[in-house]
Amino acid sequence: MQDYALLGPQYRDPNLRDCLAGLGVHGRLVTITAGWQEREGEIDELRSHVGAAHEVVDLGLYVRTQQVYADDPALAGAYRERQELLQELQEHYVRRLRALQAAEEELNALPGEGAALRLARRAALGDIRRLDRQHLAAIAREHAAFTREWHPGRRASLMPHVTEIRREMERAAAVLIAGGHVAVLLNRLRLFGLGSLLRGRPLVAWSAGAMAVGERVVLFHDRTPQGIAYSEVLDEGLGLVRGIQPLPHAETRFALDLPARVRAFARRFAPARCLALDHGTLARWHRGRLVEARGLRRLTRGGRVVAEHAAHAARGEAAS
Amino acid sequence: MTLAQPLRELLAHGTPSPEAIDGFLASHAFPLLDPHGVTFVFRGRVDAVVLRMFISGLPAAQPLSRAGDTDLWLLRLDLPEGSRFEYKFEVVRGHASEWITDPLNPHRASDPFGANSVCQGWGYQPPEWTRHDPSARPGTLDGLAVDSRHLGRRELRVYVPARFRRSRRYALLVCHDGEDYLRYAGLQTVLDNLIHRLEIPPLIVALTNSPDRLKEYVGFDPHADFVAHDLLPALAARFPLEDEPASRALMGASLGGVAALHAAWRHPGTFGRLLLQSGSFAFTDIGENRRGPVFEPVVKFVNAFRANPARPTERIYQSCGIYESLIYENRSLLPLLQDQKIQVRYDEARDGHNWQNWRDRLQAGLNYLFPGPLWMVYE
Repeated sequence: MQDYALLGPQYRDPNLRDCLAGLGVHGRLVTITAGWQEREGEIDELRSHVGAAHEVVDLGLYVRTQQVYADDPALAGAYRERQELLQELQEHYVRRLRALQAAEEELNALPGEGAALRLARRAALGDIRRLDRQHLAAIAREHAAFTREWHPGRRASLMPHVTEIRREMERAAAVLIAGGHVAVLLNRLRLFGLGSLLRGRPLVAWSAGAMAVGERVVLFHDRTPQGIAYSEVLDEGLGLVRGIQPLPHAETRFALDLPARVRAFARRFAPARCLALDHGTLARWHRGRLVEARGLRRLTRGGRVVAEHAAHAARGEAAS
Repeated sequence: MTLAQPLRELLAHGTPSPEAIDGFLASHAFPLLDPHGVTFVFRGRVDAVVLRMFISGLPAAQPLSRAGDTDLWLLRLDLPEGSRFEYKFEVVRGHASEWITDPLNPHRASDPFGANSVCQGWGYQPPEWTRHDPSARPGTLDGLAVDSRHLGRRELRVYVPARFRRSRRYALLVCHDGEDYLRYAGLQTVLDNLIHRLEIPPLIVALTNSPDRLKEYVGFDPHADFVAHDLLPALAARFPLEDEPASRALMGASLGGVAALHAAWRHPGTFGRLLLQSGSFAFTDIGENRRGPVFEPVVKFVNAFRANPARPTERIYQSCGIYESLIYENRSLLPLLQDQKIQVRYDEARDGHNWQNWRDRLQAGLNYLFPGPLWMVYE
């Protein structure tokens, strides 16, 4: 089973070096910084975080993508069309979601705990969960259709890159996936087939990187200039990390101080454990078990935010 | 006059001693606030003290009353929660009088005409994003000189966001009275913070200034042509800019707002975004302009605009303080803009015609015109 770690943001008080020591990783590291877009590969700061003992090489997925699209206009055109379709799906999903969320909020705001009200609240939550599932299934169908039609893994424009990427990964002791624009990152990871290339390798991810390696990418921000925005399911993740819903920068992005908000989010994405990944967080899994949980917090279905302990992690949600 | 509770206690047992007054002044913040109002306090052996303030609809001068035989002068005003306005004291000694800031109030606001005291009503807090954030990467200010066919040589500074890269393209904001926005509205800090918080994308901001804004910002065609025909190409030659109206904005406050609207109107389809703060949009439907000769060209332009607004831009953020005399003109402009199918967000604040009001609206305005990538970016 794959050993991996999820961290909090690394631009302040980085703990990447501690994490690598905990994973027992020595030597060459490969980074994926495609989420940084035009700043991809500017990894001097990352190099200083990991220390001189590690040679660090960036895979350059963002630049490689530009190269592929320049070399293969047919694929670029198909990709653009697919993105437009996904965008449209997202817009329709958000329209439906808004109505369901408003209904749930209205029911939750009503006083009392009568049987009929409890039933209605449960049904409202069920409606949202069903919509999320339908949306993810629709996206998965689009991804599958695109792969069937275009076979990105077998295209001449992509194959040399995939070969190089595989070679780099085989020489590396671990792969580091940084944050940035989560859709840009995820699309590049998917284009070069990183889902399967990363499987089984020691992996460290943070911010958008942590979101991309999960089973499902959920966008959230409760402190926008317009206030709390409804969290949206954006896409499937790579599914390398299972059973959790990562929430990077929860301290600044999520209204952790509002029990109703915490409760609604945790229930919506249950049974996944909703984990806050903030500055200083270091969560490490070995053979599928959480073995280190520094500064790791979990949103409970009861609306609390509690410390997640490595020793207790296997006990399940009922413990909260 | 209903006195605030601390003053009632001070004066409850007759004339307090000078030491008691010293202690009272040292242990309270002034002006004294309560949830429904504010009490101004001045101490001194003078003949009269007058509150001078700039709230449309209220008398510009209101005298303070002497508290018994003390040297304390007091005035209480009702004030809604969250209000903010600027004021001075006029202090009269014999035949002489002078306008001063409130010696007991540490809050000051500066503008090109000097400094005023700031009354921050109950519940007002300067927004968090206006304060320096050490984790926000700072942008820089570059110099730029433009040889204009319309106005001669102009020098200005340009805000360049942190982590600027030639390989990406940026939206452009042209800010009238840019140096004043930097100095009095903390624009650089605000831009650094909003970009860091992903509430706006990294922007290039041209900070233009006028040596004679009473001439150039009042609907002056050569100025509008300078912005569209000289400044834009100079900026495009120097910086990698997005080349579409939706990525070009003009902003300004007071007459700067007039200059922004005028430039967009004269060059439709060029600037897709406008940020207009307390715009001096004086107009006449019938009768004469009563705001004085400076406003003659403004009235001429705004009347022409009202007669034929067309659709100078796609999206506007407009704001005005409800204590300003310009509130009527701004409210009158709103339906006209909406009728042109322009997307408009209009905000009012319990504030006056001043730089801190304009600063406090920047988050809403900039985010409305240029929503940042906060939904998608997790760094």
